[in-house]
Amino acid sequence: MQFFVLAVTLVVLTGIGFFFGRSHALSSVSGRARNLHSLPDYYGWYLALWCGLPSFGLFLLWVLAEPYLIDVLVINQMSAVLPDKWAGSSDLILNLVQSLAAGHTVPGEATPALQEAADHYNALKKTSFAGLAAAMASLVAAGLAWGLRQITPGLRARNQVEKVLRWLLVASATIAVLTTIGIILSLLFETIRFFQLTPFWDFLFGLSWSPQTSIRTDQVGSSGEFGAIPLFTGTLLVTFIAMAVAVPIGLMSAIYMADYASPKIRNIAKPMLEVLAGIPTVVYGFFAALTVGPFLRDVGMATGLEVSSESALAAGGVMGIMIIPFISSLSDDIIAAVPQSLRDGSLALGATRSETVRSVVLPAALPGVISACLLGVSRAIGETMIVVMAAGLAAKLTANPLESVTTVTVQIVTLLVGDQEFDSAKTLAAFALGLVLFAVTLVLNLVALRVVQKFREQYD
Amino acid sequence: MTVSHMSTSKLTAASLHRRHAVEKRFRAYGVVAIVTALVFLIILLSSMLSKGYSAFFQAQIRLPVFFSQDVIDPKRTNSSEIIARANYQILVRNALKARFPDVKKRREVKKLTMLISRGARRHLRAMVAHEPSLIGTTQEVWLLASGDADMFLKGAIPRDIPEKSRRINDRQIAWLNALEEDGAARMRFNVNFFTVGDSREAEQAGIWGAIVGSALTLIVTLILSFPVSVTAAVYLEELSTKNWWTDFLEVNINNMAAVPSIIYGLFGLAIFLNVMHLPRSAPVVGGIVLALMTFPTIIIATRASLKAVPPSIREAARGLGASPAQVVLHHVLPLAMPGIFTGTIIGMSRALGESAPLLMIGMVAFIVDIPQGLFDPASVLPVQIYLWADSPERAFVEKTAAATLVLMVFLVVMNATAVILRRKFEKRW
Repeated sequence: MQFFVLAVTLVVLTGIGFFFGRSHALSSVSGRARNLHSLPDYYGWYLALWCGLPSFGLFLLWVLAEPYLIDVLVINQMSAVLPDKWAGSSDLILNLVQSLAAGHTVPGEATPALQEAADHYNALKKTSFAGLAAAMASLVAAGLAWGLRQITPGLRARNQVEKVLRWLLVASATIAVLTTIGIILSLLFETIRFFQLTPFWDFLFGLSWSPQTSIRTDQVGSSGEFGAIPLFTGTLLVTFIAMAVAVPIGLMSAIYMADYASPKIRNIAKPMLEVLAGIPTVVYGFFAALTVGPFLRDVGMATGLEVSSESALAAGGVMGIMIIPFISSLSDDIIAAVPQSLRDGSLALGATRSETVRSVVLPAALPGVISACLLGVSRAIGETMIVVMAAGLAAKLTANPLESVTTVTVQIVTLLVGDQEFDSAKTLAAFALGLVLFAVTLVLNLVALRVVQKFREQYD
Repeated sequence: MTVSHMSTSKLTAASLHRRHAVEKRFRAYGVVAIVTALVFLIILLSSMLSKGYSAFFQAQIRLPVFFSQDVIDPKRTNSSEIIARANYQILVRNALKARFPDVKKRREVKKLTMLISRGARRHLRAMVAHEPSLIGTTQEVWLLASGDADMFLKGAIPRDIPEKSRRINDRQIAWLNALEEDGAARMRFNVNFFTVGDSREAEQAGIWGAIVGSALTLIVTLILSFPVSVTAAVYLEELSTKNWWTDFLEVNINNMAAVPSIIYGLFGLAIFLNVMHLPRSAPVVGGIVLALMTFPTIIIATRASLKAVPPSIREAARGLGASPAQVVLHHVLPLAMPGIFTGTIIGMSRALGESAPLLMIGMVAFIVDIPQGLFDPASVLPVQIYLWADSPERAFVEKTAAATLVLMVFLVVMNATAVILRRKFEKRW
């Protein structure tokens, strides 16, 4: 809260700097704006940037580094007076100290040492905040003084301001790269720690997924096997069923809308498909768990088949419904991009419309359609909520769509939404699975992109 | 030659007939595909509607409640603290026993009490705190029915399954029937659903906490993603030169659009929670994760809008002496704003429906209080739906379906706004 106040104050001061700089520039030429190099506003921005940017940079650094630094200092102070049993669990002590410092009661022992550490923590926080406020104020004042000195009629304010603006834009665009790199690195680190606990080949090629690691040495039911093949086959089964539903329906509706439909039908069908695309995946998952799963189970009971209520068919079918608009809209764009001259030529030679589509349009649009299907597969593999709510948890190695299978995303959720210690193999396995998922979807997307780039027909 | 001419034309006629039949079938497949998609949509919506509309009504039961002085304030202190701490459950039980005087055995009395919600005692406490003069009087009070009684009165519990498999036994059914015949049971619009947060009792559960959490999270998402996305898109589209760095940036942004949402959740867990120790379950962390996800959507929409502004505008501005930055800021960007806003609204509506990454960063706990700020533990509407869907009680099924309806209403409103804005401000160059 206090940081918020500080940030708002900074913004206000920067605004004041803007007006100040502008008026200073104008007064230096006695109000004759044409004697200034740039428009007066640019002098305002110049001063505002000098006041605000260094201070804001300091603010960001402080906010990011302060919790870590305070934690280190408190731990160092406490380790001198720690009883032996606490040694090594600094996270736990930190938690206790932080909740004591926040005024909550602590379960167990609020020893004088802990209380002292909590007071120290609070004192550190106060000093750091005061220090930050003082540093920021002095930076603002220094920036103000320096900027005012620099403002002369000949100052090329616009160029300076635009240079800073350009760097801001580059920084924004770089956030995208940082995010991707951050994702890869964070997943990689945890995965490496996982592979220190479980061998690499056991993970990728193991046939048994049973991630119950033991907390005590004599605990029952703790096999701790992390063979991921059942997860991969489960994911592939559900994805296959989903694509079997989505591709025919999506492609046929795209062909119909592109080549056959009257504008009236297009005006109904396109919004309807957009509605299907906009429904959240939770709703699909709830629908699958509530309606489709029991329905399939009842149909199975009536026809004598053994259908689980969490069958891969239910999850895959609903996922297919979700992917229909994705494939349909992508294919629609691609099919519409095939030049009309090709269609006209084919019709002129006496082909029916369906023969034109099958022999001329589709082959021309094939790379794009394949790319759309690959993107659909990538979407299906990465889909979480539908399978979490409609598919099962037990890893089975089966190709029967009527049984319940589990997928990679379900296991990621299950492993992390429980209460396991963060270092255990169980939670680290989730990151390993995440890395595999990321890699597979990345490869699929790159292949889809290359397919389109390499095989696309260039018409005139 | 007459014979071959006739046979050729017969052959042609036959094959033409076949080809036309294939054509008709193909066309029919197309219609079937579109109709199938439409049928799926209708089944989904009607399934949610039919299961959820009953959640907007809540059953209440009228009972004669004697506000006994001996229970509320035996020592006649008239202190509000004593009144607040009294055991109002006893009043509820006495009222039920007064209504059904032949119920004597302890187990039966317990079953009888299970017909009224546990929240009823809070209702009575509020009544007495508001008007202490009620003490000593008998009033006819409409109390909230319990989740199971509510389900029975709505007809959701089939009466023909054996008693042991039901949550309501035959005696309870008899009592509820008697109350209905007396006119002591009614359905009221469930305002509670929209004003309170989550609860373990289905009849008291509401979505207000989740809605506030969603709103806070979306505000953070908007504040973080909109400026950064627009500036990044402006850079890539207008002010950058074609070199390896910008190509790399573009590839990265396209990849970000294709990464599954759960990976962003894992990233948020690893960095924001474990390294930066931000508060778990807070809208701030959810907002950051969702902002990263919405990033590519807004960038792509912004680039499309910027591309749509004709080059003549840019050239005219340059011709009058504007610098490249001035061309973009003063001329191109304002003209591209409608498209950018549309893309932002669509990105926000997608972020509203996301739940997988938020599960990873902990917004999945049971949160009763309405979050007050950006750092309080909160939940969002899709995650609330997920939590309720997991609950085995039948009474939660209708609540979940109703929550999905509310969520879809929000999304429809947002998407309709985007479409209307797009139609209104679309400029045809």
